[in-house]
Amino acid sequence: MNLNRRTMLKLSVAGTALGAFGLPALAQQIDELVIAYNVTLPSWDPTVGPSAVNPTIQGIYQSVFDQFILQQPDLKPAPGLLTEWGWNEDYTQVWMTVREGVKWHDGSDFTAEDVAWNLARVANPETGSPIQFVWGTLANHRVEGNKVIADVVQFDPTIFKWMYFLTGYVLPKAYYEKVGAEGFEAAPIGTGPYMVEKFERNAFVRLKANENYWGGAPEFKTVTIKFVTDAAARVAEVESGNSHVTLEVPYEEYDRLKATLTGVAAPVSDIGMIFLNDIEVMTDPNVRKAAAHAIDKQTIIDRLLSGYGVKIDTLETPEYDAYDPSITVDYNPEKAVELLAASGYSVDNPVKFKIQTTKGFKPKDYEMVQAIVGLWRKVGIEAEIEVYEIAKHYELRAADQLAPAAFYNWGNSVADPTTSTGFAMYGPSPHSVWDGQELIDMINPLWGEKDEAKRIEGWKAVSKYIADEALVIPLLQYVQPILSAKGVVVTPHASGALLPHLMKRA
Amino acid sequence: MQLLRAVLLRLATTAVTLLGVAVIVFVVIRVVPGNPIAMMLPPGATEADVARLTAQYGLDKSLPEQFLIWAGGVLRGDFGLSITARQPVLDLVLGRLPATLELSVMALVIACLLGGFAALTGTRARGTGGEAAIDVANGMALSIPDFLWGLILVLLFGVLWPLFHISGRVTPSLELPFTTDFYLFESVLRLRFDLWANIVSHMFLPALALAIPLAAIIGQLLKQSLKETMHLDYVTLARTKGYGENHVILREALRNAILPTLTLVGVQFTFLIGGTVIIERLFSYEGLGNLAIDAVINRDLPLIQGIVILFAVIFTAVNLCVDLLYAVLNPRLRHG
Repeated sequence: MNLNRRTMLKLSVAGTALGAFGLPALAQQIDELVIAYNVTLPSWDPTVGPSAVNPTIQGIYQSVFDQFILQQPDLKPAPGLLTEWGWNEDYTQVWMTVREGVKWHDGSDFTAEDVAWNLARVANPETGSPIQFVWGTLANHRVEGNKVIADVVQFDPTIFKWMYFLTGYVLPKAYYEKVGAEGFEAAPIGTGPYMVEKFERNAFVRLKANENYWGGAPEFKTVTIKFVTDAAARVAEVESGNSHVTLEVPYEEYDRLKATLTGVAAPVSDIGMIFLNDIEVMTDPNVRKAAAHAIDKQTIIDRLLSGYGVKIDTLETPEYDAYDPSITVDYNPEKAVELLAASGYSVDNPVKFKIQTTKGFKPKDYEMVQAIVGLWRKVGIEAEIEVYEIAKHYELRAADQLAPAAFYNWGNSVADPTTSTGFAMYGPSPHSVWDGQELIDMINPLWGEKDEAKRIEGWKAVSKYIADEALVIPLLQYVQPILSAKGVVVTPHASGALLPHLMKRA
Repeated sequence: MQLLRAVLLRLATTAVTLLGVAVIVFVVIRVVPGNPIAMMLPPGATEADVARLTAQYGLDKSLPEQFLIWAGGVLRGDFGLSITARQPVLDLVLGRLPATLELSVMALVIACLLGGFAALTGTRARGTGGEAAIDVANGMALSIPDFLWGLILVLLFGVLWPLFHISGRVTPSLELPFTTDFYLFESVLRLRFDLWANIVSHMFLPALALAIPLAAIIGQLLKQSLKETMHLDYVTLARTKGYGENHVILREALRNAILPTLTLVGVQFTFLIGGTVIIERLFSYEGLGNLAIDAVINRDLPLIQGIVILFAVIFTAVNLCVDLLYAVLNPRLRHG
């Protein structure tokens, strides 16, 4: 090999650059786990403000804080900081047994006082809890030994489910009172599997393993969660070895990279659906039913989402408590044509309405709606697509001003029918779109039903009625793609939370 | 005296401009769809919950009332509390500003170097295939937007040839001894060249993505000015004295030709800062642009207002500086 002056110069420059800047760490030797996360973390308080109800952030919160009750990857509850819980015989009180021997990250003892203080805090309207309407159903929280007792102001059968759902976190009473809200934001502590070592807003959070964690010390002792909000950048992060784990990458990229990296794609508690508003032509049951029967959900999943999705016909997914596989709405374009004909519509004289959708908020949302509009056109439905931002959807939905059809995604990681079918379909709720009295009458008694089996059966009946009357069009349950370096085994959580303490070395 | 009057007049118009920006931003972000309370409330919330939270964030008051409360706070240096971060807006914004300024300055330096090199090389090779090649490269650099350059650079130098970092501002595991948020600047002052190299390796690709289109503009303008200057008598005289082409371009023509480019660079710097919004997002760079996108997505009204006002202050300040500099340099303006 001949080395001339020019070649030597080039090699020197390259070597200097490599030496100075250093190559990013490769995945083979993983001492510090790096995760490229799809959202940023605006606030460390998981109980108040908009961040508290942002489902995508919950995985970070759950790494640092424990919830009252632990939620397992299949969404089922398990003993956590509370080991047992329940109502008294006449449902006028709730009781909770608090785990003993748990320490806060600063080494102080976790006690029943902490649990009582947290429940009272979020029940107080002045703290700004967005879920105060749930926590406010309990009052007069008090401690008796290692038990917490509270009076039931209004019976809510899902109160314990909220204890492993949004805002159901336990913060340290003494520490919070000492440092205040601002101090807590600057240096948050919890009882969770990881402790916050360093936090740079919009950039990263560095976590250290809590070796005294009551559930066992996490396998990775240091975890850095980088906030990489751009999907293409997340793909580059794992492909280059800068990060070991990432999530929510385009399915095409997932398929390409799972050959060289490790891929896991599991269904999560997030569904795609079309809200139908009881206005204009949607008051005609034939139009609604035709719209539902004309959609070939499985083909849409296969073609647009590379097969990553689970077809659903109710707002309940297979993991939910009130899932009923016997309720189905088949793809039947001939039946759709018949139904439309009965109302005087045809391909030549189509029924017309508007459908609203986001574009890029969820994977292939706009493309799915385009495909649906194409399928509708074949049976005699002419739908005009209007693209809007998700913020506008929330505003329109709260004001009950959505178009006759509107694509949306609904998360329900607590798996209860009240927080899926209930909140989505109960007319008086500001988040519901369908206002039919018959449905309201069916749902009304279920809010306070104390017999759990009867309650679940009631919700199944509601789902059946909704499917038969086509009051909403459920489309699919989303699948969350997770890519990891070869050395890392990721356990997916059906809530969609990416939890570092569930990650192990291969 | 005339200059002083011009400065005072300009400061007064700047104040009016900022007030106008404040009013427009305040009204527009409240008129466009997307209510922060609607985004905050989970399904199941009642009308009473909506009313409670609306009042808590002061959004139940009339628009003029809200504006007066906010403007009064701004005059006292209180830009309000961010809805999502629950931190003072001013702290959040000023905390991110240094990162964006450093990125913009680095991009400007790269753009000047690349643009200057292209202009000088093009002028040196004028009338040959070399000039045509530089013109083509300039055209490509200009026609591809900065975010696309960002993606290309990520693919090339982040994935295929992983020489640079592609996200963040600094490696999280490093201990930073800095007392300010000007990491790059402070690392040099503290002679911590290990940290400096790490910060540069994070900043280089986003800065380059921002710089490439600007470099093309600088290259085109400077080359054009140089070519015009090359025909002037004093340049011909230099040639007849026997100076080589490189000497003529660098020592004689460049001095005169560079003035319009310098003015352009000053103006373009403000656009460069605006361009960081998308690039910071792509490279997960913890600057003001990234914060701005989050604020808009979350409809964090106080934060959006704070960021826009700060951008407006930077824009007007830079423009003011450029105008003053121009007035100082140009005798005709200086003396009215």
